[in-house]
This record gives sequence, C-alpha cells and structure tokens, in this order.
Amino acid sequence: MDEKKTAWERLKLVHTKGRPTIRDYIPLIFDEFYEMHGDRLYGDDKAIIGGIARLDQTPVTVIAQVKGRDINENKACNFAMPLPEGYRKALRLAKQAEKFHRPVICFIDTPGAYAGIEAEERGQGEAIAKNIAEFMTLRTPVISIVLGEGGSGGALALGVCDELAMLENAQYSVVSPRGFASILWKDASREEEACNIMRITAEDMVRLGVAETIIEEPLGGAHNDLDKISENIKEYLSLKIPEKCKKDIDVLLKERYTKFRKIGEFTEHPVLPRISGE
Amino acid sequence: MLEDFFNVVKKRFNDTSDDDARPTVKCPRCQSPILQERYEELHRVCPFCNYHGRLSAQERISITFDKDSFHEINADMISADPIEFPEYPEKQQELRDITGLSDAVVTGVGKIKGITTVAGIMDSRYMMGSMGSVVGEKITRAFEYAAENKLPVILFTASGGARMQEGIVSLMQMAKTSGAVKLHSDAGGFYITVLTDPTTGGVTASFASLGDIIIAEPKILIGFAGRRVIESTIRQRLPEDFQLAEFMQEKGFIDMIVDRKKMRSVLAHLLELHGCSAKEV
Repeated sequence: MDEKKTAWERLKLVHTKGRPTIRDYIPLIFDEFYEMHGDRLYGDDKAIIGGIARLDQTPVTVIAQVKGRDINENKACNFAMPLPEGYRKALRLAKQAEKFHRPVICFIDTPGAYAGIEAEERGQGEAIAKNIAEFMTLRTPVISIVLGEGGSGGALALGVCDELAMLENAQYSVVSPRGFASILWKDASREEEACNIMRITAEDMVRLGVAETIIEEPLGGAHNDLDKISENIKEYLSLKIPEKCKKDIDVLLKERYTKFRKIGEFTEHPVLPRISGE
Repeated sequence: MLEDFFNVVKKRFNDTSDDDARPTVKCPRCQSPILQERYEELHRVCPFCNYHGRLSAQERISITFDKDSFHEINADMISADPIEFPEYPEKQQELRDITGLSDAVVTGVGKIKGITTVAGIMDSRYMMGSMGSVVGEKITRAFEYAAENKLPVILFTASGGARMQEGIVSLMQMAKTSGAVKLHSDAGGFYITVLTDPTTGGVTASFASLGDIIIAEPKILIGFAGRRVIESTIRQRLPEDFQLAEFMQEKGFIDMIVDRKKMRSVLAHLLELHGCSAKEV
C-alpha cells in the first residue's frame, strides 16, 4: 500500500489518464459477460452498462458506470454521467437478478448524475430515489465497489448494498470538490482546499461507516498494474459473494437496512451553552 | 382635466400618509409588489401569479392541522459535526437562535379534520432546508413510528438538497430515509408528499419522490440539479417555467397541484379515501 497521500493527490491519481475503467476490468475479473441494453421505457444509456457475468462459477449481474479512456469514448459515455434511463436500466437488471437469485455487483465511477434539461424532464430525481429505495429491499446480495469517483446521488443510486468497498485511491463525496467550493464559497477555484476538508478518501469512508473494505492498489496507483488491481478486486469479490449468498436473505436485508440506518451524528437532550445577556 | 389627473397622481406619489408607507414585498416569481400585510393575509400566496411562497414550519402547522392537535416528536435533536467542518457548530447555534428550530425539519403527530397522521414539515430558513444527520434521523424515525403504529405520513418538503457541511454523511441520509419510506410502504402505509418551494437535490432524489401521492403547490421549484448548474453545463439560458410545478406535472412527476387554501381539505379527503381515521397516540 502506498504511503499516505492527501485527498487532493488521490483525486489527481483518479483523474490520471490511463486509470483503468470498468471496460478494462470486466475481462480480467469475470469469465463471461453478456451485456444487456435498455430500460424498456425510453432508451439505452451509455454511461451505465449492465449484464450477466460469471464470477468463478457463479452467475452474477454486473452494473457499472463507464468512464471513457479517451475523449471519443468519453463523449460516447457522457463522461460517466448517467441519464435517468441509465438508472432505470440498472434497476431493471437488478430486479432480473433478484428473480433469478443472482447476486448483484455494482461498480461506481461517476462524477455525478447528468445535470441537463433532458435529465430533469425525464425525472433524474425520481430515478435515483427509486433505485435507492428498491435496492434497499432487493432480495439478493448486493456488493458495490467505488473504482474512482463516487459523486453524489448519482453514485448512491448504485451504492445501496450489503457491503461497500473502495479502491485505495477512490473517493466518495456528497458533491465534487469543485461543486462544493462553488456552492459554499462561490469560488470553484478553491477546489483543492475543498477536496482536503471534505473527508472523501477510502479511509474516511471506513471511519464514517460508509465503506467496509479498502482494496489495495499497486504502488503509484491502479494504472501501474492492471493485472494486479484486477486480481485484488476479484479476490475480494470471490470472498464476499459466497459469504453473502450463504446468509439468510431476511437477515441480510435487516443488516443492509441497519448499515445505513446508523449513519448520522447528532445529540439528543442537548445542554446548550447559552451565553445569556446581563 | 388631464392636468387634474396628473395632480392626483403626483399627490399620490408624494403622499406620505400611512397608506403608502406600508411595507411591500416583491413576489419572487412575477416580481409584482404586494402589500406585506396582504401577502401575510393570503398566507404568502402571490395575488397576481399564484406563486406559493415559503412558510415557516410553525405557519405550515397552524394552517394545516386541527387547533392544538400537533405534537412534535424528537424536538431536541441537534446535529454533531461529523466532518469537523469549519464554523459549522457556530453557524447552527446562530440559526437555532434566530429560527427557534433545532434543525431544518419539524416532525410530529397531528390531526387534519380529525384524522391522525404523522407529519414532517421542512423549513427553508434553516440552512436552506438542507438534509444532514438530524433531518435524516427525524424523517427516518417518523416513518418507523408510522409503520409501527399503522399511521399515514405527510411530508411537506422544502430543501436545497444535501447538507454540504456534513459531507458524505449527508449523502447517506438519502439512503437511510428512503429505506424507512420503503419499510413503511411495504407495511401498507400511506404516504403523501407535498412539495413546497423549493424541493431540489438530494431531497428530490430520495423521500420527496417516493410518495404514494405527490402533490405540489403552484409555481414552486422542483428539480434535481440546480438551474445555474444546468445553465453552466449546457451553456444556454433555460426557459422561465423550467422546473416549476406545472412543468413537472406536464412531464409526469406530480399527481396534483393544489392551492394552499384547499390543501387541508384535500389532504383530509385523501387520508379518508385510504381508510385513515382518528387514533389516539
């Protein structure tokens, strides 16, 4: 594992050209992959792919956000910013997995859900809300892995799971550091400062109860050794998927609910230090 | 004669009598000036364009629930500082002092025309109604309580979205609250969302969009991404009516748009149609 890097240094790493994407990982982690298209309602979003794969001997459903490896690929997949039909495709495939008792593996890698006219018109908010609620009670195991960027509700729509893993340099945040700086300080150029105070690293996620596992990256980052990082991801999945499949589904669902239920920090019956007037 | 008319106008213009000194407000939608007291009389509804303005949680409770029937629960919950964000505790103390609220939502049990319901009322004066740990926990508890006691839930939403100052913890409240909505729903519970100005971001992308029935007040803003964000993405101006309640209804995301003066009676009827009744809790 690399020595400690700042959140900003990790963000730079995640944005490094050549950082592996889901298209690199699939052939190295799974034995087969049949991609399935469309949400059956409107269209086929290219920012989320999904399909049926084989992990070791087990059929699984894979749902993933797709980053491009160059500008043309990025244009085709809209820089991994899904439209509502992407989230609806994800839910359709998750429901299919539930029916056929296949575990679901979600790979998160998005700066956020797409912000645009068509996204609003087709109900981006509704699509994300529905995924979150439905994944919470999906009667099959769900494991999510953040590969690079986990941005906002657009990431959470694939992030309601039994266990969340983060690649060592991956980040998960309420909004991109740039967005954070522009919302809170009306100054997007304070991105680095935002990045370092937002608590968005893999270690932060484990500490805050959001993630359970950190998957080690090769020295210098995932792009330095694709075989090694793929092996690490596969090793993790090969351990976790059978473990979750063995569990009674009602117990699993209860644990899934509790995992999110307990996140939040507040006090009750507070003693408020009031500085009273003379 | 024309001169007379001008004189009258001039006199009116220069008149410093009480009548003209009365404070006015500008409608945030159509920009028309409205006498403040008239605006308050109308419960903050613009008499020109029918935009339904923002109410405090207290005002909403008083125009919605039977007199003295609303009992607040979890009133003293206040947020910690999960990501140790600079000046967040101070900012909250200041807002608590100004608004008298403990955070951006008030939850409780009350009666509407005699029918008992669990309710949550968001208040945009408190950090733009943003959702952090307290909003998440109170709403979650409200749904769990309603599921346990077989009660309906009505939420009046008003929010700019996630509470940035709580970082990832605020994002997780979307999952927590939506999980509780699902729990209540799977137990057969009835849930009405009343979207009020503004309902955006993480609240739109969680419990606000999960009602069995989704009602909106006229002319209010509803959306996932903010207008400025979209304009900067697409580099063009958006039409005026974009993301207003009427627009969202046209696109299929709102069941009904209901005027404030009819809201109480519509809610009572909908509760009744779903077999809800008076219950002592």
